[in-house]
Amino acid sequence: MSQLALWRSGSARVLPGFGLSMGISVLFISLVLLLPITGLFGQLAGLSLAEYWAIITEGRVVASYMVTIGAAAVAALVNAVFGLLLAWVLVRYEFPGKRLLDALMDLPFALPTAVAGITLATLYAGNGWMGSLLEPLGFQVAYTWVGIALAMAFTSIPFVVRTVQPVLEDLPAEVDEAAMSLGATDGVAFRRVIMPHLWPALVTGTGLAFVRSLGEFGAIIFIAGNMPYETEITALMIFVKLQEYDYAGASAIASVVLFVSLALLLAINIWQGRFVRRLHGGTG
Amino acid sequence: MRRIGDAPAVRRLLIGAALLLSALFLLLPLVAIFAQAFSQGVMVFWANVSNTFTLHAIGLTLVIALLTIPICLVFGVALAWLVTRFSFPGRRILQTLIDIPFAVSPVVAGLIYLLLYGRNGWIGSWLDTHDIQLMFAWPGILMVTIFVTCPFVARELIPLMQAQGSREEEAAVTLGAGGWTTFRRVTLPNIRWALLYGIILTNARAVGEFGAVSVVAGAIRGKTNTLPLHLEQLYQDYNAVGAFASAALLALIALLTLAAKAGLEWRAARQEAFL
Amino acid sequence: MSIRLQNISKHFANTQALEPINLDIHEGELVGLLGPSGSGKTTLLRIIAGLESADRSPQPGKILFGDRDVTNVHVRDRRIGFVFQHYALFRHMSVYDNVAFGLTVMPKKRRPSNGEIRARVFRLLEMVQLQHLANRLPAQLSGGQQQRVSLARALAVEPDVLLLDEPFGALDAKVRQDLRRWLRRLHEELNFTSVFVTHDQEEALELSDRVVVMSNGRIEQIDTPETLYRSPKNRFVFEFLGDVNHLEGKVHQGVLTCGDAHLTVDLPDGDEELLLRPHEVRLAQQPSAESHLPVTVTAISPVGAEVRVELEADWLAKPWLATVRHADFEQLEMRRGQRLFVHPRQWHRFPATESKVTEQSRAA
Repeated sequence: MSQLALWRSGSARVLPGFGLSMGISVLFISLVLLLPITGLFGQLAGLSLAEYWAIITEGRVVASYMVTIGAAAVAALVNAVFGLLLAWVLVRYEFPGKRLLDALMDLPFALPTAVAGITLATLYAGNGWMGSLLEPLGFQVAYTWVGIALAMAFTSIPFVVRTVQPVLEDLPAEVDEAAMSLGATDGVAFRRVIMPHLWPALVTGTGLAFVRSLGEFGAIIFIAGNMPYETEITALMIFVKLQEYDYAGASAIASVVLFVSLALLLAINIWQGRFVRRLHGGTG
Repeated sequence: MRRIGDAPAVRRLLIGAALLLSALFLLLPLVAIFAQAFSQGVMVFWANVSNTFTLHAIGLTLVIALLTIPICLVFGVALAWLVTRFSFPGRRILQTLIDIPFAVSPVVAGLIYLLLYGRNGWIGSWLDTHDIQLMFAWPGILMVTIFVTCPFVARELIPLMQAQGSREEEAAVTLGAGGWTTFRRVTLPNIRWALLYGIILTNARAVGEFGAVSVVAGAIRGKTNTLPLHLEQLYQDYNAVGAFASAALLALIALLTLAAKAGLEWRAARQEAFL
Repeated sequence: MSIRLQNISKHFANTQALEPINLDIHEGELVGLLGPSGSGKTTLLRIIAGLESADRSPQPGKILFGDRDVTNVHVRDRRIGFVFQHYALFRHMSVYDNVAFGLTVMPKKRRPSNGEIRARVFRLLEMVQLQHLANRLPAQLSGGQQQRVSLARALAVEPDVLLLDEPFGALDAKVRQDLRRWLRRLHEELNFTSVFVTHDQEEALELSDRVVVMSNGRIEQIDTPETLYRSPKNRFVFEFLGDVNHLEGKVHQGVLTCGDAHLTVDLPDGDEELLLRPHEVRLAQQPSAESHLPVTVTAISPVGAEVRVELEADWLAKPWLATVRHADFEQLEMRRGQRLFVHPRQWHRFPATESKVTEQSRAA
């Protein structure tokens, strides 16, 4: 009997609801997630390869890729360090306000992006609380790519904290103790024993933060200034094309964004799976 | 017990750095929202919140959230039940597919709906000939909101239901319980808190979605404006206090979400301590 | 290197984990800390290692390795080797890297050259018979192999003392037996001072030069395995070291009575509880003048060097266990349901108020 036939026979299926849950899930995923994507390909079908290439390599669009990827990379790296620090402090130490700090970590996920956007823009504008401190020092955040990176870092910090935190919690005290009993100093033990356990989670979290930053829109547009070639992100380029009723152009750029984010997501999943298998002897 | 990094100096330095950075980076924006909203007094705040346009936006936002939640709930439970209780080819693909909304930029999400259901899309043009308009109207907002929020419930349930396994349901079935009875009396009590948290997250995102909604809304003031779109318009019109009044309402929902999460986690920790 | 503990105590929150303890361990000795869970044995081991710190109040204790006071020395500078119950191997490092770790983290001045590290690691791997697995990751090894890697890793830094926390606890019976023998041999060969924790009396008695029996944060007795088994100092030690049969009754004019059973004893009048090991229970067809203890055989297990027999009687609250030589077993033609009489070869008593132990032997 082939595997499929075995599957169809249903003899091993004890619990009810297979048909119903399968029906709902497939219908929903098809209608809500997959069908709309066909609309994108329908639109792209109207473009010749040369036209498509011309749209996605136009100077202003390429500049937006650079701004988006550059700022997202900086935001992700900053978050990797900051997120690791926060996860470490939240897991390893007891101090007053720890529960509040832990709750605060989820704020960027819970706070609507537009709210984050106007707030950061107001804070870091020349007359804002932070801007009025920083600008006299010659450090301008609002309306520069630094502001874009800041907004991206704000919205994506929970990814790093929340992926590293559980791994750090699961690390048994014996690992620390073994390293110390063998004479390792804190620094050496952290670098050679703890970090190797955290790498997969840290890279995954940072990767997710990066993907999220690439697509972020609401939190950025208010602080970005949106100067063509300078501080215009790719998501905004799509929006601008739409406002010009250039559906083909919007679709072409969107397809690039969509492809890159899905490819990154897939890469993160595969990479994570391989790492887990290696350390747990092939099963995990 | 001794652990790495528990020397008092290291400890103080790291805790200090974490607190300072979090205060500047996370807490300060939160404080700023309310400071801005109330910068001209409670009366101005109240006037901003209670004007017709804001009330309309609040109303529409709530309606969208109320419609989104049950749909995402049914889908999330069905999918979680499917992938954790049965084994079948394509199970992993289904699990990967529901992550799409997390990876897709909200603007792209809005765009693909616009392309399909807009006047030029292959469904939209057919709808247009029958005088049905989904885009630039509330149904469009609802559709993209469902798209961006649909993973939350499933994402909360799947790890939990996987960890719990299906022994209890199997026991119920061997005792003669029917499908619905099994689900209602055995599964539901085990997953209710994760389910609740999934709903809270869905609600937070549904209320706050901006990018996708701004593509499909068309933003006719007082008609298809959700709260985030409304605050954007106010902000662009240089009415900062008005914008922050709406922002404060949304921030309040965010804070309630965080409090609910902390509460549920505290509950779960207490239950674990009992076991 | 000898270990000397003076006045070491420890409490966690409101519970006293260790009452003030003094303990001397001689150079080259293999000492077992034996006790039930919660007896404080692991806490004591971890304090010796420096993984926990002993209480500073009411009086600060002292830990000496030889002449070196290590009370306030951090675990990393104590020069101990610690073998963890669940091995605690670094799972991202190969077997080789695990064993080499302690050498590679030494300060540059003391660190051996790469060639020397390599030679030393392979010497240790050879000793634990794992040189062919040097490039494997811990997840690819069996439990017994992981424990041997863990031991090699602890020995690589040439520690002054070797400490083992339930080293064989997580392994199955056969592997445990092999590893025990192997550790004993290794200890005799290298002659390091070692302390190990176990809750398995057989393991403690078989492996140790001396056993420290602990309960409730106290040391109950420190002795060689033979002395410990032959003359336990108190009831706890007696009961913890093996199966025990209880005989409770009233003594009146030199006769202990319990229901329809009685036994002549040389004890003052009053309530008494006598304890017998299974091998101290002799069975016969007939009672004697001194002893009338009728029992019924309820279960027989003829496996091993001796036959294990379970006995019940109206006057017994709990069934007794007797071990009988195969020859006696055949001679008595023992079967289930048979009525026999017990003649104690020897019994023990540990009166609750006084710590003095009474024993009485009689000719079998």
